[in-house]
Amino acid sequence: MSKSPLKVRLAYAGIALLLLAAPFLMGAGFGNSWVRVLDFVLLYAMLALGLNIVVGYAGLLDLGYIAFYAVGAYLFAILASPQFDWHVSAWIILPMGGMLACLAGATLGAPTLRLRGDYLAIVTLGFGEIVRLFMNNLDRPVNITNGPQGINLIDGVTLFGHPLERGFTLFGQRFPSDYAYYYLFLALTLLVIFVCIRLENSRIGRAWVAIREDEIAAQAMGINTRNVKLLAFAMGASFGGIAGCLFAAFQGFVSPESFTLMESVMVVCMVVLGGMGHIPGVILGAVLLTVAPEFLREIVNPLQRALFGRMIVDPENLRMLLFGLALIIVMLFRPAGLWPSRRRREELEEAHD
Amino acid sequence: MNPMKNIVLLAALAGALGLSACGKKAETPATGAAPTAGGDTLVVKLGHAAPLTGPQAHLGKDNESGVRLAVDDLNAKGFEIGGRKVRFELLSEDDQADPRVATTVAKKFVDDGVNAIIGHLNSGTTIPASRIYHDAGIVEVSPSATNPKYTQQGYANAFRVMANDVQQGKVLGEFAVQDMGAKKIAIIDDRSAYGQGLADEFEKAVMASGGKVVVREYTNDKASDFTAILTKIKGVGPDLLFYGGMDGQGAPMTRQMKTLGLKAQFLGGDGVHTAEFMKLAGPAAEGATASLPGVPLEVMPKGPQFKQRFEAKYGTIQLYAPYCYDAVMVVAEAMQRAGSIDPAKYLPEMAKTRHEGVTASIGFDDKGDLSNGAITVYRVENGDWKVLKTIGGPAAAPAPTP
Amino acid sequence: MDILVQQLINGLILGSIYALIALGYTMVYGILGLINFAHGEIVMIGAMVTITCLNLLIGSGVELPGLLLVGLSLLMAIPACALLGFTIERVAYRPLRNAPRLAPLITAIGVSIVLQNLAMMIWGRQYVAFPSILPAEPHQVLGASITSLQILIVVLAAAMMAGLMLLVHRTRLGRAMRATSQSPQVASLMGVNVNHVISMTFILGSCLGSVAGVMVSANYGQAHAYMGFLLGLKAFSAAVLGGIGNLGGAVVGGLLLGIIESLGAGYIGDFTGGFLGSQYQDVFAFMVLILVLVFRPSGLMGERVAERP
Repeated sequence: MSKSPLKVRLAYAGIALLLLAAPFLMGAGFGNSWVRVLDFVLLYAMLALGLNIVVGYAGLLDLGYIAFYAVGAYLFAILASPQFDWHVSAWIILPMGGMLACLAGATLGAPTLRLRGDYLAIVTLGFGEIVRLFMNNLDRPVNITNGPQGINLIDGVTLFGHPLERGFTLFGQRFPSDYAYYYLFLALTLLVIFVCIRLENSRIGRAWVAIREDEIAAQAMGINTRNVKLLAFAMGASFGGIAGCLFAAFQGFVSPESFTLMESVMVVCMVVLGGMGHIPGVILGAVLLTVAPEFLREIVNPLQRALFGRMIVDPENLRMLLFGLALIIVMLFRPAGLWPSRRRREELEEAHD
Repeated sequence: MNPMKNIVLLAALAGALGLSACGKKAETPATGAAPTAGGDTLVVKLGHAAPLTGPQAHLGKDNESGVRLAVDDLNAKGFEIGGRKVRFELLSEDDQADPRVATTVAKKFVDDGVNAIIGHLNSGTTIPASRIYHDAGIVEVSPSATNPKYTQQGYANAFRVMANDVQQGKVLGEFAVQDMGAKKIAIIDDRSAYGQGLADEFEKAVMASGGKVVVREYTNDKASDFTAILTKIKGVGPDLLFYGGMDGQGAPMTRQMKTLGLKAQFLGGDGVHTAEFMKLAGPAAEGATASLPGVPLEVMPKGPQFKQRFEAKYGTIQLYAPYCYDAVMVVAEAMQRAGSIDPAKYLPEMAKTRHEGVTASIGFDDKGDLSNGAITVYRVENGDWKVLKTIGGPAAAPAPTP
Repeated sequence: MDILVQQLINGLILGSIYALIALGYTMVYGILGLINFAHGEIVMIGAMVTITCLNLLIGSGVELPGLLLVGLSLLMAIPACALLGFTIERVAYRPLRNAPRLAPLITAIGVSIVLQNLAMMIWGRQYVAFPSILPAEPHQVLGASITSLQILIVVLAAAMMAGLMLLVHRTRLGRAMRATSQSPQVASLMGVNVNHVISMTFILGSCLGSVAGVMVSANYGQAHAYMGFLLGLKAFSAAVLGGIGNLGGAVVGGLLLGIIESLGAGYIGDFTGGFLGSQYQDVFAFMVLILVLVFRPSGLMGERVAERP
């Protein structure tokens, strides 16, 4: 880094500035609701990066990843809401959420590590559904999660005694909470990216790639595949848990319908479409898939109304149809994703020779 | 890894994002310019949110049509507020029945500076969104979210023009015990926020009026096989089965009750009071009983006319369109009385509402719930919902006859 | 006692349908080592096409017994589903036969999403009613009720499964299928047209699936664009339970899962003192799936180990 040319350093500075100014640009340009979309982009980026460790690095397809998100969100909701009238500080719950999800990841990982590929996918899918069903039903005999009604009025995050809920005032302008949360999410996303980069270039990161490519060979090289896989599950899960905590604090309301299988599939799509195992690719995936529906909302409905005077194609259907098609087409023509890492691309090219 | 290349790509991406949003920016002035275009006409922006896509799209569309009819009526009538002519403008958004999308939509309405919100359709979306409307000080009237929690949050700006689950569950519970003469009652709910909420209130009301809940079972809102739980219920031998959930499950449930020879009467809430229910259940629908908040349209002074006009324009009423119509009228009248379209100014007038709507004579209690909400119980006879009895409403609080 | 008999009958009906769908999964898995996620959607399309045909026939004033009408509609639905299964394999799976294992699984999810949403565009978001043309009068057997339709479902499912067994074990095509499932390379050296065999497998599985779809929609009186997904997942669990890749195992697994679900929903509340109840009905299928995969990955009747290279 120290030797990087001026141009690169300038580019980095430019990106940093852009990231810092993004909510103001979005807010001024298109309204504050787009700042909220930005916030969700960052949340999904965290989720996708977490899943990327499991799917992208270690090559274990996890179709129940949203369960860890749910664990984090519910932990936050239970500890910081009128549900039990506990109001624990967000800064205590965040690491707890990470750890609890980590534990959940290890619990799921331990018995299923013997399984590979599609079997693992099915088991994790089942696990995700089981977690959701428990969240939905743990309101009796003892009311823990408040069942299908969800938990409401969750406390927000407080930073230096200032509740982010209230937003902030800058140059005499009032900015709502979405702006404040943006910077919190940005900081945590950058932290997650940093951890991912460090992991990628570490012994563990290389061990994951080795397992992904050839488990038997990796084992022969002296890698303890069980522990390394378990670590992938636990690490990935903990990111999901932290993102879940943030979601609960940000949204102020959690209910089981936010943690369906479709959400898991969506996060998998982000990773796969963007580029498995490649951090910028995964972020690209998260951005595309979070912004696309909002974009379709702005474009498709008015366009259809203008053209035909009524809605002919349901944009939700259209969105899902496009996702489905994109999954198939990307897998057929760019199996490494839209923005794959060089290593991955080379591997695939070799495989085709 | 070539960092430069990545950066260029990232910058391109950011640019694309900016561009994509620019398309939207261009539209905004069009709506913003409208007020000036109309000279001294005042523009009232009404936000409406419901699932316009997804499994409940037909209900959401119905709500939207109800709001639209009201808006058209008001505009055609030359409605005036504070001596100025007003034009109502409808901003309708799809919340996909998803709490996350609903909060984004709510933020969008706040951005657009709407004067009132009609919505959302589901309780699961209305509750998280209400927090945003409350923070922004916008009046929200839900036509169909029946969860009691919505108005229990202590938000002065939250209203609803439909009986809530407590009111409906209470009426249903009492009706089951007193009018249908049920002694042993079985309850099934679909573990959705709506179904579970209604079933819980029903259970309380049954016990309060001396009935006995002998068994409570559960299913989910995507299931179609209920034979296992129905068989278990048959073993207990109840004389009434209450289902808290929607028509897609209620209909096959009545079929399977027939097949299994479970002789209990079937009772449901507004979720099964649909035309769809009859189609799906076929002959098994006969004798099924369900409630719908409000007074039958035929009985209300303006009801039949509303029904005729609505159906000429938008087809059959699915469920909540009349409530949406009333919600808009209630808001418009409050604005008129206050002489202002500013939510802060007309909010006090909302609380004083006395409106002869198409569904009921509407007034609010101190929480913003419908006071004296009437509820009507219907039964399927010869493939059509026939009125059995209306409970509460005008009978309890005689409407001021003109 | 008659409650128990009734629950067993409920489980038997549900189980026959699971078994029929599970056969589709297990055949494809046996030969390609691939979970055809889109199989549940084929079941759904089968139901939808049949209902559409039925409505057309009834609408055009054809006066025939209900069962015959359903039979006629099936004649339309079966080829449609066979074609669909064939196309899916050609477009989404065949080009990826040598790709990393995750790739075809993800295209399978993609196909499933596409089919669901296409179905929603064509048949709408709401439940579609199955015309009430079949007799629904229950018969009493050992104190339990069962309709003629349900008897027919069980008998037909059994007949189709027996037919499939005969086909696989007694015909040339069956022999080619078994050979391909053991080793596609060797089979092709022996003169088996592997691509042809794989196409036939998808076609056969889709035919069974479409019949199952009709059974489901006729029995419950309705169909929905989402119906295939959960049904497919349950049927896949059944296939795994019996030992995936094993035809007999799929049948046993399907019946067992149907009965486990019925008994589970009916009795778990009593066993756990009300702690667990029928709200966990769907958990049973997943629990069984996870437990089997963790403790006996080869399933009840399977010989193959789960870890295929």
